[in-house]
Amino acid sequence: MSEKEIKNLEEIFEARIARDEKIEPKDWMPEKYRKTHIRQMSQHAHSEIVGMLPEGNWITRAPSLRRKAALLAKVQDEAGHGLYLYSACETLGITRDELYEQLHTGKAKYSSIFNYPTVTWADMGAIGWLVDGAAIINQVPLCNTSFGPYARAMVRVCKEESFHQRQGFEIMLTLSKGSEEQIAMAQDALNRWWWPSLMMLGPTDAESVHTEQSMKWKLKRKSNDELRQQFIDQTVPQADLLGLTVPDPDLKFNEATGHYDFGEIDWDEFWQVVKGHGPCNKERMNARVNAWDNGEWVRDAAMAHAEKKEKKKLKKVS
Amino acid sequence: MNSTKNDNNSLPMGEMSGGQRGNLYNYILGIADNSLILAQRLGELCGHGPNLETDIALTNISLDLLGQTRSYYQYAAKVEGAGKSEDDIAFLRLEREYKNILLVEQPNTHFGYVMARQFLFDIYHLMMMKELQKSKDETLRAVANKGIKEVSYHKRFSSDWIKRLGDGTEESHGKMQEAIDDLWRYTNEMFQMTAADTEMAEAGIGVDVSKFKEAYYKEVSEVLKEATLTVPESKYFAKGGKEGIHTEHMGYILADLQYMQKTFPNMTW
Ligand SMILES: [Fe+2]
Ligand SMILES: [Fe+2]
Ligand SMILES: [Fe+2]
Repeated sequence: MSEKEIKNLEEIFEARIARDEKIEPKDWMPEKYRKTHIRQMSQHAHSEIVGMLPEGNWITRAPSLRRKAALLAKVQDEAGHGLYLYSACETLGITRDELYEQLHTGKAKYSSIFNYPTVTWADMGAIGWLVDGAAIINQVPLCNTSFGPYARAMVRVCKEESFHQRQGFEIMLTLSKGSEEQIAMAQDALNRWWWPSLMMLGPTDAESVHTEQSMKWKLKRKSNDELRQQFIDQTVPQADLLGLTVPDPDLKFNEATGHYDFGEIDWDEFWQVVKGHGPCNKERMNARVNAWDNGEWVRDAAMAHAEKKEKKKLKKVS
Repeated sequence: MNSTKNDNNSLPMGEMSGGQRGNLYNYILGIADNSLILAQRLGELCGHGPNLETDIALTNISLDLLGQTRSYYQYAAKVEGAGKSEDDIAFLRLEREYKNILLVEQPNTHFGYVMARQFLFDIYHLMMMKELQKSKDETLRAVANKGIKEVSYHKRFSSDWIKRLGDGTEESHGKMQEAIDDLWRYTNEMFQMTAADTEMAEAGIGVDVSKFKEAYYKEVSEVLKEATLTVPESKYFAKGGKEGIHTEHMGYILADLQYMQKTFPNMTW
């Protein structure tokens, strides 16, 4: 194809997106679009499955049978989200094995929030309420993104994430109505998860790369700072409802803007965790790599067995 | 409950003697504890499976078992009539009071063990459930009617994996055989009848599991053969779980399971 032809195709492509048409895997797309989507969707998929680990940590210790079942189901939902997202990613011509390889070698990123430890039961509440809550804010706009498989995956995912968010809030509510120890546990969890949740919405606009192109492709519809403000405005009244204190002395409702003003985020901590030096980066990666490596003989056996079966079938036919 | 006698219904609880109630309570726990402890073992694996699909499937099985456990315990609490909740029964007993068979408490040594444990249990579990559908006890019948589909699926899933791993690669064959050989000694305990089991079977409420021992070994052997595995010949079997004498793993399972309830007693979660 000549440069001119490509240019032409690109123009048609951008016009389709501008008209709100969906791009499907078989459609022509610029290489950059394909790469950007593989990067963002796989990062999202990796976040879902690494995200299973901090909550998985409490399945065996959940305080009641009802909570145990709900937690199992939640972590299972996250596996399902990973599955849809990997599948959507695979439509762009990359294999699941390659995607895992990128995760396991540290080439691909996942959400940094999952590098924090879950140290009490209340963390199950705080994660559902805050982390799933922030994820929803990030993801709802993606239900209208330009790439069809991603948009459709997001519709399903968002429905389940809002269920998780309500479930998490309900855990916090139960704790906040409970004993002194339970209230303290809930407050402590809020203290530890608040700032990392704000960081989940990404670096501040001044430092954020890729935004402009992403806006055009509807991979991003609002800036990180706008999303963060939305999250804070939505969450602070919920903390009030719980009778818990948001750990930010500068937090204050601003009558003039109609939004909450908030304190300085510790971006050094953010970058430290992003760069791999958070409290659990090593543990999370080891857990994923071990699961994959220990499962190799199982996957090989499944493949070998399927081949044997196929051969037997062919023999019968001939 | 009304007091009309009906062959299809259990004795109205009011008409049961204290001894009968005690036996029914113990009988229910004997079934339920198997599901609880196996669900707990499977719960340890969530997020660590060989791939996402099996991870999701094993979590499903864990959830099914947990659902069954809750129905049983809720009923047991009612039968006992001492104002306990399902959680009191699940979390607040001493190790010696748990009645699960030793098989279900065995660790997730590797995926072959997970599947062998599941398979050896599922074949039994489905046979038991089918019989329980005929129980004179309405509640147990209802739990069995609901659970039968789930357990049929578990059995299909684990049997398929036994075949895949047994007749997969040389490595998987070796690992699968190792797991079957190791766990074989825990199979016989399933067919032993406790005093409560016998009494409840005689009353038409419980299942006489000793009856399907032969059918069990026959079915297990068929799958193992199809999987190109050797049926173990050992005649030495372990027992004790049903009487509350567990393997050394059990204490650690309970340490996790009971952690919250023991650390923070009498709270709502
Ligand atoms: Fe998710
Ligand atoms: Fe997500
Ligand atoms: Fe979620």
